[in-house]
Amino acid sequence: MSHLKQLESEAIFVIREAAAQAERPMMLFSGGKDSICMAHLARKAFYPGNIPFPLMHIDTGHNFPETIAYRDQYLKEIGANLIVRTVQESIDKGRCVDETGIGASRNGLQTITLLDAIAEFQFDAALGGARRDEEKARAKERFFSFRSAFGQWDPKNQRSELWNLFNGQKKKGEHFRVFPISNWTELDVWQYIELEKIPMPALYFSHQRAVFERDGILYAASDVMERHPHEEVQERTVRFRTIGDMTCTGAVESPAANIRDIILEVASTRTTERGTRGDDKRTEAAMEDRKKVGYF
Amino acid sequence: MSYTEAESYSVESYLNKELLRFTTAGSVDDGKSTLIGRLLYDSKAIFQDQMEALETSSRLRGEEGVNLALLTDGLRSEREQGITIDVAYRYFATPKRKFIIADTPGHEQYTRNMITGASTANLAIILIDARHGVLTQSRRHAFIASLLGIPHVLVCINKMDLVNYDEAVFQEISQAFTQFVKKLDIPDVVFVPISALLGDNVVTPSQNMPWYAGSTVMHHLEHVVVSADHNTIDFRFPVQYVLRPNHEFRGFSGRIASGGVRRGEEIMALPSRKRSRIKDIVTFDGNLSEARAGDSVTLTLEDEIDISRGEMIVRVNNLPRIENQFEATLCWFDDTKKLDTATPYRVQHTTRLVQGYVRELRYAIDINTLHRREAQTLELNEIGRVVIETAMPLFLDPYKNNRETGGFILIDPATNLTVAAGMVRYATARTGTEREDFMAQAHSLNVTREFSAISQEAYEERSGHRGYIVWLTGLVRAGKTTIAREVTQQLFAAGRRVIHLDGDVLRHGLSGDLGFSEKDRRENVRRIAQMARLLASTGHVVVCSLVSPRQEMRDFARRLAPRDAFCEVFVDCPIEECRRRDASGLYEKADKGEIPNFTGVSADYEAPVKPDVWLRTDGASPAEAAAQLLAYLDARL
Repeated sequence: MSHLKQLESEAIFVIREAAAQAERPMMLFSGGKDSICMAHLARKAFYPGNIPFPLMHIDTGHNFPETIAYRDQYLKEIGANLIVRTVQESIDKGRCVDETGIGASRNGLQTITLLDAIAEFQFDAALGGARRDEEKARAKERFFSFRSAFGQWDPKNQRSELWNLFNGQKKKGEHFRVFPISNWTELDVWQYIELEKIPMPALYFSHQRAVFERDGILYAASDVMERHPHEEVQERTVRFRTIGDMTCTGAVESPAANIRDIILEVASTRTTERGTRGDDKRTEAAMEDRKKVGYF
Repeated sequence: MSYTEAESYSVESYLNKELLRFTTAGSVDDGKSTLIGRLLYDSKAIFQDQMEALETSSRLRGEEGVNLALLTDGLRSEREQGITIDVAYRYFATPKRKFIIADTPGHEQYTRNMITGASTANLAIILIDARHGVLTQSRRHAFIASLLGIPHVLVCINKMDLVNYDEAVFQEISQAFTQFVKKLDIPDVVFVPISALLGDNVVTPSQNMPWYAGSTVMHHLEHVVVSADHNTIDFRFPVQYVLRPNHEFRGFSGRIASGGVRRGEEIMALPSRKRSRIKDIVTFDGNLSEARAGDSVTLTLEDEIDISRGEMIVRVNNLPRIENQFEATLCWFDDTKKLDTATPYRVQHTTRLVQGYVRELRYAIDINTLHRREAQTLELNEIGRVVIETAMPLFLDPYKNNRETGGFILIDPATNLTVAAGMVRYATARTGTEREDFMAQAHSLNVTREFSAISQEAYEERSGHRGYIVWLTGLVRAGKTTIAREVTQQLFAAGRRVIHLDGDVLRHGLSGDLGFSEKDRRENVRRIAQMARLLASTGHVVVCSLVSPRQEMRDFARRLAPRDAFCEVFVDCPIEECRRRDASGLYEKADKGEIPNFTGVSADYEAPVKPDVWLRTDGASPAEAAAQLLAYLDARL
C-alpha cells in the first residue's frame, strides 16, 4: 500500500472513531486546503451516506471573499451541513474586544468564538485539519487531544496514544480536538489533492494581487488591514500557501498555476508554509501559548 | 529543480512510495538528536526558516553552532528544562519512502513514552556511544523494542570518530549486544558504525571506515523489507461504525486489523457466532472484490445480522480467542495512582470497550535486568505480568502474532486517563473448530465413568486414599522430573499407591509417534491427561511431569480429573537459570534452530494463571521443593 493510501486509511479510521465515540461531533472548516482535504476524507469515511455531523466555520469577518465563495459552493456540492459563527457576533456581545492599530488581528479572538460555539451546540468533539509537521507545538499533539471544560490544552498531561486505540472518555463539558491528518505533511496534502482531483480555491494558484510588505511577509492590501505610510502597495504575481484571514496570511511570489506546479514548488522550497504566517512569529512559543488557551 | 528531481515528485513515484514508521530512543548524549537532525537536514525536511529560528535560539542560549537538539525539543517547558518529555513526531521523505519518526526520550523515567512511540513502529533505532559500549539504557531500549514487537532493530554505534574509527570497538560492541538480544524476541538486528556529527555512514558511506561494507543508516531505512510485518493470515475486522444512511443500505465500517477478505467469502460475527457471506466491500472509490490489512472499508453482508460497534467479523475457520480472562504484560502509565486490583477499569481493545479488573499481579519485571520480582502493585513506568478479567468477552490474539488484536489499554473510570498499556500473552488456538473439539472431548469422556465395573470408591477404599492427579508444569530444566521423582519415592515409602508419568519417558513409548509441533504437543498432553484420569479413577496418585506449555492444555487435564482431584504445580525457574543447568545443551541447540518449537526459545510458555502450588526452584533445592509439595498433598489425599 502506498504511503498516501495508508495516510488516507488512517485518517478515515480517525474520523470514524470520532463519529463513533463522540455524542455530538463536528468538523472545523476554514476553506483552507487542509480542511478541504479533511472534508473529502469525511465523505469517504461515510460513503454511501452523507457526513453525519455538521461542518463549522469560525469567520473572523476578515476572510478573503474567494474563501467564502468557495466554502458555500463546495459544501453545497457535497451536501454538508454548515454552521457559521462570527467573531463579529462575539465582539457585539461584548465577549471580546477587537485589537486596534497597525498589526491588529482577529486571529486570537477566534478562540473565544470557537469555545462559545462549542458550548452553544454542546459539541464534544471538534475535528480539525492541523498537522504535526506544521509547527513544533503541533508535533506533540495527539490524534484525540483532550480539552478541559475551559477548552484548554495541557501539553504536560496528554493521554498516551498507543497502537490505534484512542481514549475518547470525557466528562460533561469537556471535549476533544481530533486531528485525522496529523501524520500528513504539506506535500502529502498536495499530492493527495492531485490524486483525488479535489477542486481548490483560486487563492492557492498564481494570480495578480495588490500587496504590501511587512516584516518580510507580503500581505494582501485590503481595508481590513491598516498600513504604515511607508508600506507601499504594489501589484505582484502571488499565490497563498495557507489560507487564514487576511490579517495574518501572507502571500508568496509564485508562478505556480496548477496543482502540479504547486507540488514541485513545495518540494523544492526552503521555507515552511507557516513562514508566511504572521501569527506564529509573535514569539518563539506563539503557537504553544495559543493552543493552551483553546486555539485550533 | 532539476528534471530528475521533478521526476521524483511525479504521480507515479508517489503512488509507489512506502511508509516506514520508526522510533528513536536515547538521550542527547548519545547523539540521537544530532542523528535525527542530520537525517532531516540531508533529506531537506528542515527548512530555511526553521534553521534560522534554530540559529537564533542557539545564539541566545550562548551555544556555538546550531544545536540540532532544539529541533526535536518542541515544547517551551521542555526547552526550559533541556529535556524531551514527550513523544514528538517528525516527518521526512526520500524518493523511495516517507518516514514517520516517533522520537522519545531514553531515560528510565520515560519508559511510558518509549512504549507509546514503539507501539506503532516497524523499526527501532538504538544508539550506542562507541566510547561507552552497551549500557543499561541500550538494553532497556532493546527490551522495549522486543516487548512491543518491533520486528527490525537498527543499532547505530555512534561517535566512531572519537574511537579512531576502530573496527575492533565496533565488533566488540556488536557482539556484546548480540549476546544480550539472544534472550529477546527481535527477528532482525543490524549494526552500523556512524558518526552522526560528521555524517559518517548516515546518508553517505564513510571514507573513514573502509572495513565496513554494510548499508548506511539512510540506505537501511529505505530498503528494509516491512511489507511482511503485517499479519496477513488471520482476518480480523473490528466493527468501528455501523453505517445506515437509509433503509436499503446497512454496512459495517472499519479498518481491517489483519489478514484479508474477499467478496463472497463466508464470515462469522463475534460474539454472536452468526454466519453470513460478504456481499460487497464498499468504498467511495468503487466496490472492491478483496481488501487487506490496513484498508478502511465498509462491508455489507448477504444476511441481516445484527452487529454493533465493538464486535468483530472473522473468517469461520480462523477465530481469535473469545475470552473474558487472559494473561497479559502490563506497563503502568499513571503517575498519580498505582495499579489497584479492586478498581474496575475500562479495557479498550480494538473498537471494544468493556469493564475489567486486574485480577492478579503475578510478578513485576525489572526492565534493566529482565529479572522477575515479587510485587504488590505497579507504579508509573513499571512492567508486570497480570491476569485480566473482563465483564464481557474480548476477541483476542496473542500480541506476538497480532499487534492490532493483542494490544489494549486500561482507562481509570475516575479520571478517564489512560493508565496502562497491555499486551496479550495467551497463544491462540489454531482454529476455532480444533479448540472446540478439544473441549468437547472433556465433556463426552466424563460420561465413561458410568461404565466401569468397579467403582472409584471401591478402588479408593483399597488404596486407602483418594485417586489424585499432581500436574507439574514448567520450562525444560526447571526441575519438574527431579521433584516428581522425589515426591513419588516419598509417597511410595508412605504406602501410597503412586505412579509417575514423565513427559520425556512417555515420548519414547506411548507418544513415540509424536513430534513437537503445536498439534503433536496437544495430542501428547491429551494422551497423558487421559491416562492420568484412568489411573486416578482407579485409586492412584498420579504424578505427571511435562512442560505442557499452554494453560488450555492444563485446564483440559484438570477438567478430566475425577472429582476435582487435581492440582496444578508450577515449577518456576527463570529461563537463564534453566539454561545454566542445561548440561546437555538443549537450549543451545534450540538457539541454533536445530530443535524447532522449543519452549522458551522458539515457542511460548504460558505460565499458569493460578497454580495450586507454586514451587520456585532457583534458590530452593529439589528436596525443599518436594517437601513443600508433599505438605500440600498431605492434607488432600
